[in-house]
This record gives sequence, structure tokens and C-alpha cells, in this order.
Amino acid sequence: MRRTLLTGNAAAAWGARLAQVDYVPSFPITPQTEIIERIGVWAESGEMEVRAVTVESEHAMITAAAAAAATGVRVFSATSSQGLLYAMEMLYAVAGWRAPFVLVNVSRGVATPVTLGSDHDDVFAARDSGFLQLHCATVQEVLDTVLIAYRLGEDPRVRLPVLVNLDGFYLSFTREPVWIPDADAVAGFLPSFDPENVRFRASEPISQAVAVLGGGAYSYFRYEMHLAAEQALTVYDEIADAFESALGRRHPAVETYRSDDAEVVFFMVGSFATKARAAVDRLRDAGIAVGLVRPRLLRPYPLSALRRALAHVRGVAVIDQNLSLGKGGVLHTELCSALYGQREAPVIASFIGGLGGRDIADEEFYEISAVTRKAAAEGSAPAPRLLYRESELREVRKLQRVARVERDELASGRKP
Amino acid sequence: MNETAYRRINDLPSTHLLAGGTAMCAGCGGLQALQQIHDVLGPNTVFVNAAGCMTLLSIYPFTPFRGSWLYTAMASAPSGAQGIRDALDILIAKKRLPSDEDVSVVVVTGDGAAYGMGLSATSAAIDRGLDFLYLCYDNEGYGNTGQQSSAATPHAARTATATGSAGYPGYKKNLFDLWVANRPTYAATAIAAEPVDLARKIEKAANLRGPRLILCLAPCPTGWEYDPRETTDIGRLAVRTGVWPLKEYVDGAVVHTVVRRPRLPVEEYLSRQGRFRHLFEPARNETVITGIQARVDAYWERAGAPGEEKGA
Repeated sequence: MRRTLLTGNAAAAWGARLAQVDYVPSFPITPQTEIIERIGVWAESGEMEVRAVTVESEHAMITAAAAAAATGVRVFSATSSQGLLYAMEMLYAVAGWRAPFVLVNVSRGVATPVTLGSDHDDVFAARDSGFLQLHCATVQEVLDTVLIAYRLGEDPRVRLPVLVNLDGFYLSFTREPVWIPDADAVAGFLPSFDPENVRFRASEPISQAVAVLGGGAYSYFRYEMHLAAEQALTVYDEIADAFESALGRRHPAVETYRSDDAEVVFFMVGSFATKARAAVDRLRDAGIAVGLVRPRLLRPYPLSALRRALAHVRGVAVIDQNLSLGKGGVLHTELCSALYGQREAPVIASFIGGLGGRDIADEEFYEISAVTRKAAAEGSAPAPRLLYRESELREVRKLQRVARVERDELASGRKP
Repeated sequence: MNETAYRRINDLPSTHLLAGGTAMCAGCGGLQALQQIHDVLGPNTVFVNAAGCMTLLSIYPFTPFRGSWLYTAMASAPSGAQGIRDALDILIAKKRLPSDEDVSVVVVTGDGAAYGMGLSATSAAIDRGLDFLYLCYDNEGYGNTGQQSSAATPHAARTATATGSAGYPGYKKNLFDLWVANRPTYAATAIAAEPVDLARKIEKAANLRGPRLILCLAPCPTGWEYDPRETTDIGRLAVRTGVWPLKEYVDGAVVHTVVRRPRLPVEEYLSRQGRFRHLFEPARNETVITGIQARVDAYWERAGAPGEEKGA
């Protein structure tokens, strides 16, 4: 084991390397490229015994990845944003092949407008696809989670592909100190891939991904996938224990920070949770009983663990870095359904922020805490808030004024 | 080229690997071709299917194949072939699979995917030199959904989306030349109604490595509107009228493999199919029929006499 500085992207590549993946089909997209470039370099130098193939689209990439997994090799791939959306048909299709592999998503806002900045609209679009979904908050977690994801997806009780999410720029291009485990220790945690009977062999012809006739057969196989995904909750807990004993770090399904005696908690996923954590410390210093609850798993949804973690709090501030247009935050909607009807359920307040790489400032966390404490005291949930500062609005107004001047000049025929 | 096991119809395999009783339409020219192809390729084959008519071949818990099957999606069957081929190569190279467990990878696609949605994935597989056989059953329309016009639909054919008296206004895209322009290992047109020619082409393609196209015209009773028992006759007429030239590209040259003389007028082919009936009833549309004939004539003029090809 050695400690070094790595970007989130490099940590993802190290995860694939330590998992000894056989095959990496890929297609470049910002901010994911460093992952596949690094694997490409290792493949050429022989440091990884892997076949890396650049295909012509993410749709092709997911098809090739799953077809290879369905032939019996361990597969890794990575994408982001529009790439994940372009692959969406195949995400849904290949989850049903029950041929597990790991796909890293480096999350980035989706068009329109076009942006490179990070948010979770891309990865949440894959929420119902059948891919399990794990969200990372630190660079170390990225490396560890890739290893955990293989063991989880390949477990005979699960056998589903797994999406590991890290935030673009905030994690992908940020260097943090990371422990890179020894290959032997990883081998003790992650056994080699057993494809079971899902594979192509001359002596064992098989038809995979076939059609069914009628809703009865269709429902049966869809229910099976759902139950397998739910089973992944128990399996995850076992794996988290095994990971801790083999590699020394603990990654529970739901991370709680100073929430045991908290009056209200921040509830969010991804790298911005580390900012929430810092805000918790400062609010605690000021004598305010605030905590953080961060699910690492979103699919399967860790329902019981979340209910336990939130059983005693009076208010939850859900901070969504996504926006279901016309509805609101996805984490908020899901948490409401999880806690509805529970005895003494907390008041749940919704905040949308951090879209397209937009920062969430410390003061905003303080404001969110104040709004949520007030709501909890009154016993009624406030209207959802779209976080936006006056200074941001002023900047957008400036852009609009420039746009107007340019347009008027063009219309008047004057050359700029 | 002279080393072939298939010289006469009696040389064709007498054991059949594709079971009957599938959900395909009676008289399906695509299934007829696939049947003959599976027999020549043998059981150590994985068919990677693009969404289309053939999707309904494998319906849980049944499959008609002696070999294997993977259903992918409409646009990405060649990418599925890439994943399987790469995975098998990896397993054999890492000695996790004995080489006699290897299977050959065959994409099965209709013209809807091959001429349109699947073109990007196909083109890229050729770029990468993927070792695969690409079998297109071309029934000249989106057959599985009721024969809407596709990029493979011939000029003037009536389809579910070209119902007027002019039929389909466009011209059939030249998929064979698109492949040939990218220098694949092998490319051939074929038809099940000429089974010896088809068997020889499969035999030749099976012994080569790299991207290989078999483009089969697939007469379609429901889409082309004729009685299912006429499938072979219609197929033969497609060849005899010169509408469907049988040719192959190998080692940089295109050669016509079957040329039936004399070439019959195209109307003998057109008039047998309901999709062209509007060219003959209620009144004969001389302009369109002459135009179709002229295009076929021009093709064969460019191609030159067999044996002295001009690279059609």
C-alpha cells in the first residue's frame, strides 16, 4: 500500500487496474478522458493486461461492454453527461442481460445550455435503468468504490451492472491524497470474475437477451431484476465489512456525520457533501445541532438505513444537484416517499443548487440550516428553493445586456 | 476460388441446423437465406441480432439455432459483435478458454438497420478491422413493422409510407459500394434463390478474417405482396432481370458470380409483386417502367461483360 496524490479520474483508472479488468471499450468525452487515456497508456506499457478499444459512440461502447461481459470477461468503461444519455437505450437493455460490469460516470450537466460543469442530471437519468448506482464524495472513495462495485455487481445474488459516479472537475480533476492498495490485498477482497452460465462457448450454445411473449413472462424477469437490486442492499453491507477487514477503510451504504444528536441534517450525495461536512463543523462551533446524512447507494435505495439515520431528527434539508423539470429535486421526492407515513417523520425542505458546476457557498449552507430549523420548529415544509445569489443574477443581467447590444447593432446594420 | 465443396445443388449440406416452427412469415426470403447460411457456417457460431424481423426467432424459452444468439438493439449489433470477438480473443490469449471453444461472430441485420441506423456502428467496425461476418437480409423496407419505406426501398415501390400512385420517390442506397469503398476483407451480394452461389460465398467468407459482408436480397411475401410459394421464383427473377446482380468483392476487385443470359425485361420481376402493381394497373406507367429498365441496363453497361469487369 502506498499513499500518493491522485485525481478522481486517476483513482477510477487505478480501481480498474487493481480489479484486473480484461476489457475496456471507451469513447472520449470531457471530463472523463483522463480515465481512458491512463488505461490506454498502461495497456501499451503492459502494466495492465487489458484490451482497450476506442469505439465510435457511447451507444456502441455499452453494447460492446455488455457483450464482452456476457462472453465471460471482466469489463470496465467510463463516460459522462451527453455520452451517458446517448447510451441510454443500451443501459436499459444490457441491465437485463445479467452480465455485470462497472461503468464510471464523471457527472456533468446536460444540454441545453451546453456546459462542462458538474451536476447530477446525467446520472439520475439512468436511475431506473437497472444499473446499481454508487456515489462518491472523495478521490479515495472513487478508487475503493470501483473495487466494491465489481464485487457487488458480480455477486450471484445480484448480477447487475454498476454505475459509479464522481463529480466532474470537483473530483475528476482534483488531486487528493489516496492510499493505493497492494494488488495482493485487493485479490483477497475481490475474487476473479465467475461468469457462471452467462457466456458464449462452442460446446455450450446459448441464446441471450431473447424476446418474451406476453406481460406475464416480461413482468417475471423485470421483477427478478428489481428483487436482485433490492438484494444488493444486504450484499452491500457484507461487502462493506469485507472491504474494511481486507483494506482497512469503511464505506457504509449511508454515511452519517454528527447526525446522532442533530436537530436538522443536510441530505445530499457526491463531492459537495464534503462542503456540507465543513459547514456542519462550523455550525456546531456556533452551538447549532446540525449533521449530515449522505447515501452512497442510490440504487438500490437504502430505505431502512435512511429511516434509521433520520428517525430522531426534526428537519431534513435535501440539497439536490439535479432538477426534474416541472417537479423538482429527485433526492427530495425519493426521501419524501421513504419517510411518508413514518411516526414522527421530520419536516423535509427542498433546495436545488450546484447545477452545471455552480458552487454552494458556506453562507448558503448556513441559510439552508436556518430555513430548515425554522420549518422544523413550525412543523411545516417550506416551498422548494432554487439557490441563487444576487451577485449571480447581476452577472447574468450583464451578459443579457451585452447580447442585446450586439443584436441591436446587427439589426441596425452597423459593423461592430 | 476453385477450391469449393459446393459445385451443384446436391453438394449443399443435407443436415439443417435451423429448426422450423419459428414465428417468421411463411415464404420469408430472409429466413431461407439464414437457414442456408447456418448450414454452411456450422454450429460454432454466435448470431448477434439487430432489431428487425429476425428478433422473433428466439422467443423464451425456445431458439431455432444450433449455435448461439445475442439480441442487441437496432443500431449497435456490430458493437455487440466487437465485444464478443474481443472477449473470446482475450479468454483464449489468457488461456482461460481452449481455442476449440471459439465461435465465429455473425451479425444478423435487416436493411432498416443496415442501410440507416446501424451504419455508424457498421462503418466503425470496418474501420477497426473487426473479424466478423455481417449478414443483411434486405427486404427493402421496415418489414417487421409493416413495410414502411427504408433507404433500401427501390424506386417506385409502394410501401406503407409511400402509398400514392408514384410509390417510393427515392432510389435504393448502394450498401455494397459503401462497404467496398472502405476496403473490407470481403463483400458479396447473394440471394437464397441461388443457393449454390450463396453457399460458395459463405464458404469463402468463412475462411477469411476481417469484416465481411453478405448482402442478401430477401423477397418478402407480406411486404412485396405476392403469394408465399413464389418466393424462390421472385428471387430468381430478381437475378434474371439483372435487378439484383450477384457479385463479390475480394482482393480489390468486384466480380459478377452469376450472370443469367438472356437478361429478362424488368417488368417480368415487377409485375409479379403487388408493391409495383400501380405501374401496370389501371394503366401502364411506361415512363417509370422504362426508367427502371434504363437504370438496370446502365448498371450492366458499366459492369461490362462477365470476365472483363469494370469494377461495378
